Amino acid sequence: MSETFTGKVWTLGDDIDTDIIIPTEYLALKTVQDMAPYAFSPLRPELAAQIQPGDVIVAGKNFGCGSSREQAPEIIKALGVRCVIARSFARIFFRNAINNGLLLIENSDLRDAVTEGDTIEVCVGEKIVHKDREFPIASLPQNLMDILNAGGLVKAMRRLNGLEG
Amino acid sequence: MGQTIIEKIISRNVGHAVRPGDIVTVNVDRVMIHDIFIPFVADKFEEMGFSKLWDPNRVVLIYDHLVPASQVDDTRHFRVGNAFVEKYGLMHIHRSDGICHQLMTEALYVKPGDIVFGTDSHTTTYGCVGAFSSGIGYTEMASILGTGTLWIKVPETIRVEIEGELPANVTSKDVILTLIGDLRADGATYQALEFCGDTIERMSVASRMTMSNMAVEAGAKCALFTPDEKTAEYCEIELTERERSLVGDPDASYVRTIHYRAEDFVPVLACPSQVDNIHPVSEFAGTAIDQVFIGSCTNGRLEDLQRAAAVLKGKKVAPFVKLIVTPASRKIYNQALEDGTFAVLAEAGAIITHPSCGLCCGRTGGILSDGERVVATNNRNFLGRMGTSKVEIFLASPATAAACAAAGKIVEP
Repeated sequence: MSETFTGKVWTLGDDIDTDIIIPTEYLALKTVQDMAPYAFSPLRPELAAQIQPGDVIVAGKNFGCGSSREQAPEIIKALGVRCVIARSFARIFFRNAINNGLLLIENSDLRDAVTEGDTIEVCVGEKIVHKDREFPIASLPQNLMDILNAGGLVKAMRRLNGLEG
Repeated sequence: MGQTIIEKIISRNVGHAVRPGDIVTVNVDRVMIHDIFIPFVADKFEEMGFSKLWDPNRVVLIYDHLVPASQVDDTRHFRVGNAFVEKYGLMHIHRSDGICHQLMTEALYVKPGDIVFGTDSHTTTYGCVGAFSSGIGYTEMASILGTGTLWIKVPETIRVEIEGELPANVTSKDVILTLIGDLRADGATYQALEFCGDTIERMSVASRMTMSNMAVEAGAKCALFTPDEKTAEYCEIELTERERSLVGDPDASYVRTIHYRAEDFVPVLACPSQVDNIHPVSEFAGTAIDQVFIGSCTNGRLEDLQRAAAVLKGKKVAPFVKLIVTPASRKIYNQALEDGTFAVLAEAGAIITHPSCGLCCGRTGGILSDGERVVATNNRNFLGRMGTSKVEIFLASPATAAACAAAGKIVEP
């Protein structure tokens, strides 16, 4: 997957937890679309309405720490976020994002270099380009790429059950 | 080459020796799904094209976060759950018996050496009996329900040795909070914690549960204790060589070893709004509070309630402070009724609730508003978790929480 795209950057700090991404009180709403307007509301209530499809979130370390709620990556995807770039990701959030086809990229240096509103270019599995500076990024292990390439774990299982080619 | 506990458990499961970094597919011994996520698990399971569970005897469904319902829509979760039970023949369902992480070991669903996954991050709790247990999302849960397997990356292990006698006013909650403060919130991400030392050996299974429960707050994938006679009694099993061998080998490879002298621990608080923002209770002495919460899957066990009662015996909760006590299960509720613990707490002015998750995640009762301050024994003090985002949550041991309730301000127990 040597895909390249550009996106406008929204910046967040360290330890953005799942209660910030979506507070528990909204988890019993019926769909992730119903929940999406409340994304990041404890920290930045206006943010969910400002994010446009194709935008990119750039955060600090331990993004997605906290609960196992899978709505967290689903909502970020529902807002149209193209990918999340962070210094590091919490374990469960990382698995949930891959299983839902949300691209995550680990990079230590980009967060300090970008300002909110900047535009970056992402060459998946290769590099990020920001104002003529290049930030190399690693590619994911093959078993995770297989899930991402299948379009998420649901589609991978449908294939297993002979429902998709 | 020796192995750590987690390496032994995974090696046995897959039938060959594994090393950290290996990606393997494990056979799952048991899974737990709770009420918040059952509608999503059910949807994904059917969307994936499965028509039967891989093994109904290995699936446990527990209603705890939404019991009893506080919003009309909550009842949908019970209807969907009940329909799923009926359609696929689930054999183990608890509709109001307590909090999932208490019930999984208390109701004997988890044994030492098992591999268990749950739709909740605090699934790490079952490491208290020497099981590899970890939280996953609902899509992965749906795939396990169909296949009975999950891919995992074998984690590296951090060994935590604690030796000596803990001070009388220190509990295992202070120990795990101190460790999280030292490791930081991401200090054990993707890694296993392994606890050992004579302090750990003397701890009750309940005290160990508090520690394995909170290991995820340092990012850990799991947190393991070697099964011993206390474990065997709690799990109602005979200890065999299989369980006894779940100990870190002397020549096992650890990514890091941390050593503590038990005598050095002091009562601590996790201060707003990060679990790794740890300070001695004494630093905040005198700070006024509005509410105290004693309960949750972290500290809602009988020994926790008894400790609180010992502090509050013959005293009253301070005026203007609400003390809310939530036992972790119905069994504990009944034990605390029978041994007089609840009588002492009620006499002191505590509000005693049914066993559930409600308060811990700001879902039912005990909600706080802007500018209010709570001392709580649960596991997270995230922004907005127990009310508005301007509530200050201090996490503490049951002994500290009870002392604060009586004083109406933050004090050392």
